[in-house]
Amino acid sequence: MRQIWMYMKNYKKETVLAPLFKMLEACFELCVPLVIAGLTDVGIRNGDKGYIAKMGLVLFVLAAIGFCCSVVAQFFSARAAVGVATKLRHNLFKHIESFSFTEIDKVGTSTLITRMTSDVNQVQSGVNMLLRLFLRSPFIVFGAMVMAFTIDVKSALIFVVTIIVLLIVVFAIILYTIPMYKRVQSALDRVLGITRENLTGARVIRAFGMEDEEIEEYDNRTSLLFKLQVAVGRISALMNPVTLFIINLATIILIWTGGIQVNDGRLSQGEVIALVNYMSQILVELVKLANLIVTLTKAVACGNRIEGIFDIQSTLELKDIIENETKDNKDISSSEYAIEYDNVSIKYSGSQEEAMKDVSFKIKKGETVGVIGGTGSGKTTLIQAIPRFYDVSEGCIKVNGKDIKDYSLEDLRNRIAVVLQKAVLFKGTIRENLLWGKKDATEEEIYEALDNAQAREFVDKKENGIEEMVEQGGRNLSGGQRQRLTIARALIRKPEILILDDSSSALDYATDSKLRGAIKEMSDKYDTTVIIVSQRATSIMHADKIIVLDDGEVAGMGTHEELLENNQVYKEIYMSQNALK
Amino acid sequence: MSNNVKKKSTIKKIIPYIKRYMVFVVMSLIFAAGTVGLTLYIPKLTGEAIDLIIDKGFVDFEGIFDILFKIGLFSLIASLMQWFMNYCNNKITYGVVKDIRDAAFVKIEKLPLKYIDTHPHGDTVSRVIADADQFADGLLMGFTQLFSGVITICATVGFMISIDYRIALIVIVLTPISIFVAKFIASKTHDMFKLQSVTRGEQTAFIDEMIGNQKVVQAYGREDETLEQFDEINGRLEKYSLRAVFFSSLTNPSTRFVNNIVYAVITVVGAIIVVGGGISVGDLTCLLNYANQYTKPFNEISGVITELQNSFVCAARVMELIEEETVTPDSESAVVLEDADGSVSLDNVSFSYVPEKELIKNLNLSVKPGQRIAIVGPTGCGKTTLINLLMRFYDVNSGSIRVNDIDIREMTRRSLRSSIGMVLQETWLKSGTIRENIVMGNPLATEEEVIAAAKAAHAHSFIKRLPNGYDTEIGEDGGNLSQGQKQLLCITRVMLTKPPMLILDEATSSIDTRTEIKIQKAFDALMEGRTSFIVAHRLSTIREADVILVMKDGNIIEQGNHEELMKLGGFYNNLYNSQWA
Repeated sequence: MRQIWMYMKNYKKETVLAPLFKMLEACFELCVPLVIAGLTDVGIRNGDKGYIAKMGLVLFVLAAIGFCCSVVAQFFSARAAVGVATKLRHNLFKHIESFSFTEIDKVGTSTLITRMTSDVNQVQSGVNMLLRLFLRSPFIVFGAMVMAFTIDVKSALIFVVTIIVLLIVVFAIILYTIPMYKRVQSALDRVLGITRENLTGARVIRAFGMEDEEIEEYDNRTSLLFKLQVAVGRISALMNPVTLFIINLATIILIWTGGIQVNDGRLSQGEVIALVNYMSQILVELVKLANLIVTLTKAVACGNRIEGIFDIQSTLELKDIIENETKDNKDISSSEYAIEYDNVSIKYSGSQEEAMKDVSFKIKKGETVGVIGGTGSGKTTLIQAIPRFYDVSEGCIKVNGKDIKDYSLEDLRNRIAVVLQKAVLFKGTIRENLLWGKKDATEEEIYEALDNAQAREFVDKKENGIEEMVEQGGRNLSGGQRQRLTIARALIRKPEILILDDSSSALDYATDSKLRGAIKEMSDKYDTTVIIVSQRATSIMHADKIIVLDDGEVAGMGTHEELLENNQVYKEIYMSQNALK
Repeated sequence: MSNNVKKKSTIKKIIPYIKRYMVFVVMSLIFAAGTVGLTLYIPKLTGEAIDLIIDKGFVDFEGIFDILFKIGLFSLIASLMQWFMNYCNNKITYGVVKDIRDAAFVKIEKLPLKYIDTHPHGDTVSRVIADADQFADGLLMGFTQLFSGVITICATVGFMISIDYRIALIVIVLTPISIFVAKFIASKTHDMFKLQSVTRGEQTAFIDEMIGNQKVVQAYGREDETLEQFDEINGRLEKYSLRAVFFSSLTNPSTRFVNNIVYAVITVVGAIIVVGGGISVGDLTCLLNYANQYTKPFNEISGVITELQNSFVCAARVMELIEEETVTPDSESAVVLEDADGSVSLDNVSFSYVPEKELIKNLNLSVKPGQRIAIVGPTGCGKTTLINLLMRFYDVNSGSIRVNDIDIREMTRRSLRSSIGMVLQETWLKSGTIRENIVMGNPLATEEEVIAAAKAAHAHSFIKRLPNGYDTEIGEDGGNLSQGQKQLLCITRVMLTKPPMLILDEATSSIDTRTEIKIQKAFDALMEGRTSFIVAHRLSTIREADVILVMKDGNIIEQGNHEELMKLGGFYNNLYNSQWA
């Protein structure tokens, strides 16, 4: 909530003017009973038709001015609400972009999307309602009370008591039901969960003949939801009847005491009518208010969920880096090693065990290094720490002799190109996708990268060549084609460090070997340091150095021949894959 | 026109669900009529009371007391009835929605796999969850507001006529103007809303793409460009939203303006009639009150009708799901397959997912009990389809599949499936504990059996290291487990059931080769004497099979054991050499 207030501050003018004009409108509405009172007391009593007509005109003018005020108010509140939502989405998106992989993994993409879309929409309508009506209703309620004071202090006290009682009742019901609504929501989430599960797992559920058990479980969950809904409904359904009763009771007292006062000559009949009218205005507003509260409660809940995302801070420690240290740059080029791991340990948040323990090694510039190991041995963890997708929990990683934490993120990631396991392309042309790697790449550079990535052939076959449209997620390309394009996207950068994370798995052996050849050539030409992660021993056996990982630790390091000779783990991996020979 | 027909038939489909709550519906209607009647009668009493307060010394306290007592009593009854009505409405709505959801879920369990495979899960989930919810909201609103609104209108007209038919006529004629105004605005804003929702959709797709692939965005340092693109869409959305929100929010002020004018007209006309001696001042107060009450439901009803229309669209979507064709039920004479010996034969089987594209043509195969069948071939050759047919997830188009020499269509699906253990490439786990997932196929398994199975699948050691061991809760779709770990659990699940037949579809694709070899040993033990079908890409696994089926374009192009096929020098020979060249 705090945060949303901050956003509304950006729309100070609108936030102030919208309720102000609403109140103006309400003021004119509040004048109506007074006009009617005058009309009865003067016009009717004296039979003055001219006066009656005049008052009728006044009513018309009041309605017209009220209308104008409310149009202005609607405009300002719409602008503030839509503006707040737009800013909110912008900042959320920006904030999410700053997340490291740790946060993204933890929160999950689908949650982030819901926060950015439906939750923000709820906040938008909440703000809109708040500006338009939430101030208007109390204003009319209190305004009616003030007007009552101008007529008769004694009767006005009845208003005071009534309003206090109403406030207590309304808030008691709200406070009581908010936690219940939360429980309803989580019960609904559980129904959603089982529905999704039964769709994704339809094969397994049927294979094990679990349909009846699942239906039973589902029925349990919907029954619980039903019970909670009825329970909360019972309480919130009290709102209208109770307010109705209280107001009617107040009217009774108003008429009785009004009667006494008229009898004593302290009030007129018209004034009593005005008082009764004010009381019914309060009733009308309260009914509106009750409906509003539901919208508002929802908006607050959504606002809090959004705030939860804002509260997540990136776990990356970012230092303020001053970029122009030429001296430092000299140091960089003078270092013999491209990458150094110095007693590095990595622990993912929420997990008890370290994903990687005490890893140290050095990679020289221009070297090609293979990383191999079983599932969960920490291969991906190892390489994703270099561009700081995750931070190390202990030790340090140096690139060109400088701690990666001393680079700006932008500078560091500019030096590195990573091809991830999952081949991701974006909606747009092939060219646009490749330009992700280098914004100002020339035509030659694009084709060179395509050639090296073994992608030239199939791209040329496309009707529009590199201008061919790629659908969202690259659906219109095969797995192998996607993989080659993601590799091309990385190669186009001519990075200092190229990291391939098991990224040729969809390629057949011949293409894979051609690709490796091309990368080798490139590495020689530009002095690129290459790290290849793979499960296949054949993909890395020709590397200058092979790092063997096992259970988050370095199990061995050396050339293929050395390792085959004296490393048990490597030997096992290699034999398991090549035993056929 | 067709829309209307559709709406009608949707209502027809919903009626049976509502019928179950007929008692509540009838009660709700009675209470609604009572509430409305009494609430409307109270202003008349108020007017009568005011008529007794004339001037100093002319106040009939006895009369007032009688009337006030009636007001108090009636408002108490009215409030109680309103509360009962709300309670009934809650029961009806939430009950109906629960029943519909249950029916939808039962349907999901019986849907042909074809439906589940070809319809996005998100869409089905949103039918069961969001659409059902929207329907509930609309139904509740309909019950609470539509009916009482109509009664209010009728009753106020009656009361007004009973006081003065001339004024009643004015009200009846003038009020519908506000409905026309509301309709006019709604039709004008429709296009703006459409534009808004189209842009929203575009933005959601963009968020989905970028946040979902945040890792790539970060790897290429494209945060700023992405944000820019996002802001472009966001800006457009702001513009469209502002228009849609502002123009639609003009509805209320406009109708209120019309109503206020009607009010002014009645006041003037009424006052003149009072002067002429037609009615009393109390009558006029009462009339004005009714005029207010009369217009209110009109405004509400137009809102309720849009909401109801919307809710029927949603209901239609749920109903569509409920009315989907189910799988053909097991025939009456279906036998229960017991102690299958494991002989399988395919006789002239043809099958296709879509009529235009034939996939499997005249496939013949005979498997003796205990044989190990490996299926190899390029992607899309029909390997997985064959498994879909064996498990009877899909039915053959022509020909027959026989197990134990019985056509699988003549046995119950459950008994067929429980005779086959299946491990798929796509692992699926339900949210729950590790143990719950393991015992899925054998709920009565003892602790020892569970651990033995886990040990055989090499899952025991990682399970043991989880925070709560076998009782560790795993989230939806395996949550925090790695792909390899999930696969180990799926294997454990089958290890525990020991079925007479096995299907392993790339069952070890995410597991590293060393672990795979160990698991393979367990599989070998499990497969001993059991018929098994293995889809694998590792030729080391395939080589051991008794029969290797080489599939291409839905046909078996080569069949035989490893040696025979190598000698043949055909497709298999090529495939084998390309992998190990």
